[in-house]
Amino acid sequence: MRVLCPGYGKGGRAMLLVAACLAQAAPAQASPEQDRKAFLSTYREKFPGIPVGSYVNGALMASRDAMEQFDGIMAFPPFQDAIDRGKALWEAPFRNRSTFAACFPDGGRNVAGNYPYYDARSREVVTFEMALNRCRQKNNETPYAFDDPQTMGALTAYARMLSDDMLTDVKVRGKGALVRYAAGRKLYFTRTGQYDFACASCHLYNAGKTLRTEILSPSVGQTTHWPVFRGGDDLNTLHMRYRRCLQQMRAPLLPAGGEALNDLEYFMSYLSNGLPLRASVYRK
Amino acid sequence: MGSDRRKFLHKTAVGGAWAALVAAGWLRPLRLLAAPWNKAAFEAQALDEALRQIGAAGASESDQIQLKAPEIAENGAIVPVEIVSRIPGTQAIYIVADKNPQPLVAIFELLPGLEPFISTRIKMGESAKVRAFVKAGGKFYVAVQDVKVTIGGCGG
Amino acid sequence: MKIRAQLRGDVADVKVLIFHPMETGLRKDPLTGDLVPLHFIQHVVATLNGKAVMEAQWSRAVSKNPFMNFRVRGAKPGDKVAVSWEDNDGEKGSIETTLE
Repeated sequence: MRVLCPGYGKGGRAMLLVAACLAQAAPAQASPEQDRKAFLSTYREKFPGIPVGSYVNGALMASRDAMEQFDGIMAFPPFQDAIDRGKALWEAPFRNRSTFAACFPDGGRNVAGNYPYYDARSREVVTFEMALNRCRQKNNETPYAFDDPQTMGALTAYARMLSDDMLTDVKVRGKGALVRYAAGRKLYFTRTGQYDFACASCHLYNAGKTLRTEILSPSVGQTTHWPVFRGGDDLNTLHMRYRRCLQQMRAPLLPAGGEALNDLEYFMSYLSNGLPLRASVYRK
Repeated sequence: MGSDRRKFLHKTAVGGAWAALVAAGWLRPLRLLAAPWNKAAFEAQALDEALRQIGAAGASESDQIQLKAPEIAENGAIVPVEIVSRIPGTQAIYIVADKNPQPLVAIFELLPGLEPFISTRIKMGESAKVRAFVKAGGKFYVAVQDVKVTIGGCGG
Repeated sequence: MKIRAQLRGDVADVKVLIFHPMETGLRKDPLTGDLVPLHFIQHVVATLNGKAVMEAQWSRAVSKNPFMNFRVRGAKPGDKVAVSWEDNDGEKGSIETTLE
């Protein structure tokens, strides 16, 4: 697929993206807010008539048929048993009798929208999954593997639901945070793999177009709805999905829960600021 | 019935609650109630054989059967199908997916008191016609819809 | 199993979700490479106050963790709706709810 650069774009910010696309380079450094607005401006052009709030549904938003199936399945999700297992993991006390809920404000309710955040002390991006593992380690339990649907996946299937409807509220403040944000942004725009695609190739410059029967979803809204249950029973976390996409793009894999994907999640989550979270949803 | 008992039933949905209901006289054991599983119909691999087995071979198309299924199924493993029959005397509803290895998917026998409505989720191996058969007054009627099943999906 | 029943006038709208693998016998176990044996619900019965209102027979092509929605006429608060199933291995399950 030839990567096409948008031939339009309202305002100076979106034009920066066009220029970058044509130059096949990451756009000139802009502030997170400038990025977010440029992305939104581009997507409004590509998805006319679709409110930004609907972007959380990804490719589904473009099809009434698909949304009806989604709504029907979500009314009584077949993966309720997996969520229940996640609830059991969340509620089970550690050996020292403390619980996950004790690691978070308000028992873990309405917290996920604050993640990822930049930890200035450890100088790294902390995702919600990392925070769950830090909680385990703090309580002398072994951390879960980030790409294990049985442990971390199941746990987040429930734990993230405690933040359903919370608006994404990722902060990028201070030099250290900006460095990590910029690293994630760079990764997003870097072409890689056999097809020489960047995330931007499909999900920014060609969002809304169809690639092999699939509509390319916009990156605004992409981080708000994890984990997903593909086909109603195949649990995928965001990092599992990143890895699967890298695999599909014939690009080298990056580790789940590693710095690169954490930075990418940081950058992409900022783009979704203001959008509501909804965990454990159905996807095809 | 107190909510405690309901919670008990929720938690012990397999085996225990079944036995309790039978013992309490709420239910007769399934085998006494139900006809034997229609092996010949369910295991038929050819569409016309499956229809012959259930007696639906000469079904006439009816616009009194409302079949609701997606145009393009998001995932063939979980295709929502909803059927409403406006044919008086509806006794049973059958779901068939032409190109499944075994086309007959389900039979719903509606006993007195049940509204002629059923909704469920089925597996489809590939794009095919989905048929909703209705048995009413001893005769068979059918509504048909094409459902596309795509392979792929990015799941994002 | 999970059940949700809503009374609208004298019609009880009942939605039920049964947690069952509904194995087709065609799927390979990702760990062993062996085919997972056929294991699916064959019979489902719904009752109102112990009297059968629906009897269903299913094939393996009903989706995993099967969902079913049906509506029973002549229902009133305090009535009990139950759904029971039996699979090809003789395993059974059942759930009951009281209409409010």
